[in-house]
Amino acid sequence: MRRVVVVGASAAGLTTAEALRRQGFDGLLTMIGDERHPPYDRAPLSKQILTGQWGPEHLRLRPESDIEALDLDLRLGVAAAGVDRARRTVAPADGSTVPYDTLIIATGVRPRPFPGGRGIAGVHVLRTQEDAVALRDRLGSGRRLVIIGAGFVGTEVAAVARRRDVDVTLVESAAQPLARIIGRDAGRFLTGIHRERGVRILTGVRVAALDTAGDAVSGVRPEDGRLLPADDVLVAIGSLPNTDWLRGSGLDMGDGLVCDVFSRCAPGVYAVGDVAHNLLNPADAQPFAPVPYFWTDQCEVRVQAHGYLPGHAESAVLDGDLAQGRALIGYSRGRHLTGVLAIGMPFGAVRAWRTAVARRTEWAAAASLPAPA
Amino acid sequence: MKVHIDEHRCVAGGQCVLVAPDVFDQREEDGIVVLLDDSPASDKAGELQEAVVVCPAAAIRLDQA
Ligand SMILES: Cc1cc2nc3c(=O)[nH]c(=O)nc-3n(C[C@H](O)[C@H](O)[C@H](O)COP(=O)(O)OP(=O)(O)OC[C@H]3O[C@@H](n4cnc5c(N)ncnc54)[C@H](O)[C@@H]3O)c2cc1C
Ligand code: SF4
Repeated sequence: MRRVVVVGASAAGLTTAEALRRQGFDGLLTMIGDERHPPYDRAPLSKQILTGQWGPEHLRLRPESDIEALDLDLRLGVAAAGVDRARRTVAPADGSTVPYDTLIIATGVRPRPFPGGRGIAGVHVLRTQEDAVALRDRLGSGRRLVIIGAGFVGTEVAAVARRRDVDVTLVESAAQPLARIIGRDAGRFLTGIHRERGVRILTGVRVAALDTAGDAVSGVRPEDGRLLPADDVLVAIGSLPNTDWLRGSGLDMGDGLVCDVFSRCAPGVYAVGDVAHNLLNPADAQPFAPVPYFWTDQCEVRVQAHGYLPGHAESAVLDGDLAQGRALIGYSRGRHLTGVLAIGMPFGAVRAWRTAVARRTEWAAAASLPAPA
Repeated sequence: MKVHIDEHRCVAGGQCVLVAPDVFDQREEDGIVVLLDDSPASDKAGELQEAVVVCPAAAIRLDQA
């Protein structure tokens, strides 16, 4: 294996390149990314960038010198337009041809668009640093922001916007925000803290259309016919895998690139990061396998998830009390504790539960214990 | 080898502690990273590079020297 091509120059592409070099790969390592920037962190886009605490220069994932040390053939600002698996070449949009022995696909996801929303001034999505800066510059006292979709991005932005005294309406088609992932009790609790801070939350409401005045958005129209006036609209209704450039490649693209537990989707082709749809069944994960981690800041409350939550069979409060604003909730699949969610809990109380998830503790035992020793 | 951490970036998930428990720990109250050893022996290099990679916040830096 002399030539590796990584497509996508963000968190997953970068860490894969680093892992290859660390394991001693000294061949040619090409990285192709359509954004102009060196790899940057997206999590702060809906947090420190929107509040104004950080400028975009804080987002870099590595200092320049670390990127240089990887000795990459780094091609930024150019998209990969196609792949020829028979010839083992990638075609960047600049017309060149790049051969590979191993191809690593790390193209991530993009926001699911709202039909007809593109090109209307004041309609935003949040994925890139340009998106975040554009939205930040529109958040001001008394302005009206309607957010379509109350997932993690929508709710984080709602909280920041309220802090900047924006009039915020969050529109969600499900009966309860976040419930599908974190369960009803935790979803209800987080909804409550947003309402307390003055976010107007409409649930069970589907948006039918956007209203415009000239070329700018002026409001959002739910299916029930009312009008929600808006100066700005954020579309945060989930994401789509960036696999369009692989059309015709014969790779299996369902809800992302389908690959096995070793990230392999075809001979010589691997998918990593958000674009990958690993055929990984948490129920037969290995003991002591790394525990996935996710966090979100919901108003001042830090919410952390260790392990697997979506698709859980049961959930139960294992420690603390949601009524007090601090709780640790456990989630099961099969007979095991597969994930925990910590809401506003001191870390000392979370540590042992993280180990309990890694050890795949029996659910019955976890749910009946006051706290693990 | 020198290890640097940036507490302001740290998001307190503790991925670093899972890979290099002799070098990193977390504060009891908020889980922010604590450096137990800022110049670990060179046999720790592998673990430390792994910690840099798994840190979701780019809060860990290594100075190879
Ligand atoms: C606003 C926001 C807030 C978030 N907050 C959190 C959080 O609090 N906690 C958390 O755990 N996670 C959070 N995330 C998720 C986290 O940022 C992602 O999981 C992470 O960015 C995934 O990295 P990736 O490298 O797989 O994909 P991406 O970061 O999406 O990178 C893919 C890259 O590939 C490029 N690309 C796409 N197609 C092509 C092509 N054809 N050719 C070349 N390049 C291409 C893209 O432009 C992009 O630069 C957040 C994400 C967003 C957007
Ligand atoms: S892995 Fe990074 S973000 Fe997580 S606790 Fe360690 S230093 Fe902090």
